[in-house]
Amino acid sequence: MFPSRFDYVAPDTVEEVLATLAQHGDEAKILAGGQSLIPLMKLRFASPGLLVDVNRVPGLGFVEETGEHLRVGTLTRNTELERSALLKSGYPVMADAAPMISDPLVRNRGTIGGSLAHADPAGDWGSVMLALGAEVVIKSSTDERTIPVSELLVNTFTTSLDPTEMITEIRVPKTPARSGGSYLKMERRVGDFATVATAVHLTLDNGTIKRAGIGLTAVGSKNLQASAAEDALAGAEPTAEAFEEAARLAAEASSPSSDVRGSAEYKKAMVRTFVRRGLDKALELARG
Amino acid sequence: MEIALRVNGQERTGDIEPRRLLIHFIRGDLGLTGSHVGCDTTSCGACTVLLDGSPVKSCTLFAVQANGSEIKTVEGLMQDGELDPIQAAFKEEHGLQCGFCTPGMMLTAAELLDRNPSPSEDDIRWALSGNICRCTGYVNIVKAVQAAAPAKSEPVATGSEA
Repeated sequence: MFPSRFDYVAPDTVEEVLATLAQHGDEAKILAGGQSLIPLMKLRFASPGLLVDVNRVPGLGFVEETGEHLRVGTLTRNTELERSALLKSGYPVMADAAPMISDPLVRNRGTIGGSLAHADPAGDWGSVMLALGAEVVIKSSTDERTIPVSELLVNTFTTSLDPTEMITEIRVPKTPARSGGSYLKMERRVGDFATVATAVHLTLDNGTIKRAGIGLTAVGSKNLQASAAEDALAGAEPTAEAFEEAARLAAEASSPSSDVRGSAEYKKAMVRTFVRRGLDKALELARG
Repeated sequence: MEIALRVNGQERTGDIEPRRLLIHFIRGDLGLTGSHVGCDTTSCGACTVLLDGSPVKSCTLFAVQANGSEIKTVEGLMQDGELDPIQAAFKEEHGLQCGFCTPGMMLTAAELLDRNPSPSEDDIRWALSGNICRCTGYVNIVKAVQAAAPAKSEPVATGSEA
């Protein structure tokens, strides 16, 4: 399979990337890891006139804690995230999710910023970032803004990014002590998209839940935030009953479609089961 | 577009359309047909090559992206007429049947052993999980990688184990 013809540029700086986007608007498309975009181009579902390859821009791949945030560069490969000691020690929901993304070869290329900008409802990073209350830093040639991931993800393959904008960085609030998280994913085989996956992040404060974040993968038109379940948990004691109720509310918030991976009814039931299990695991980690 | 890259240690150049996939550049333009086109949909890993040391699916990368890079294909495993330990182990352990997935399997395994000279069976299965074999030969593939591991960690090979 061959994509349609396109022009190709590979700038060396973010400024050049942004100037190119400003000039070409929605004719241009950023090429990051390309593990979703190139297959879509080969199937001719996407036919950008100009590819702006950002892989030669130095400094866009990093994982570091500074001040109040974990900062992750947009071009950080999933393999780097999978092997990050920082994520393993402090951000278990991210450490869980990274190795579950596609397969090792795809993870060697695929990037976190590319995944978020692609906005596939079956993508994993969106749900993880919703659970963590993360933000993205977005730049254009004239402006810079920071928005929550909940405002980035609009619909299937649709974000609030303007064609002239690029995500440069992901900012995750530093996880306080007594936090825990989990990412549970059901997939038919390695490399398949999720049948259902759930991201959970919990922070405790004197035995009660200070904050709960729950994101859902592949059970709606985008990665979903289970807000009602989160609200029910905030301030509550982490009891089996509270977790059961949160899991029920999360399943209620999901709207999966029946497809080759399972019926809608089955997927809803799995959301409930996975959120419940994910909360148990997050609690165990939060209690240390 | 003109590109220049190193393939198996040799300088190679090409003048190609940006849409030319790396696998087609390697097979069609360079004539290195050891890398295979399997699924052509980023699923099977038959087209695996090492890009700057890292295994990637060359059906899901444009050749222009590899401009200035170092590529290793299965043809580059053999050195000075000697099989690479991973090739010798695949031969010894019958780690192939039809052979279609084998180049990708060996390159992915070679990178694993460079990174981790004594991997567990789980490590091996995990590392190879993006490379699909349809002859159901995984047991012998895993055995082959295990057999190659000591050879990789000790430069002096002592022959195959019983």
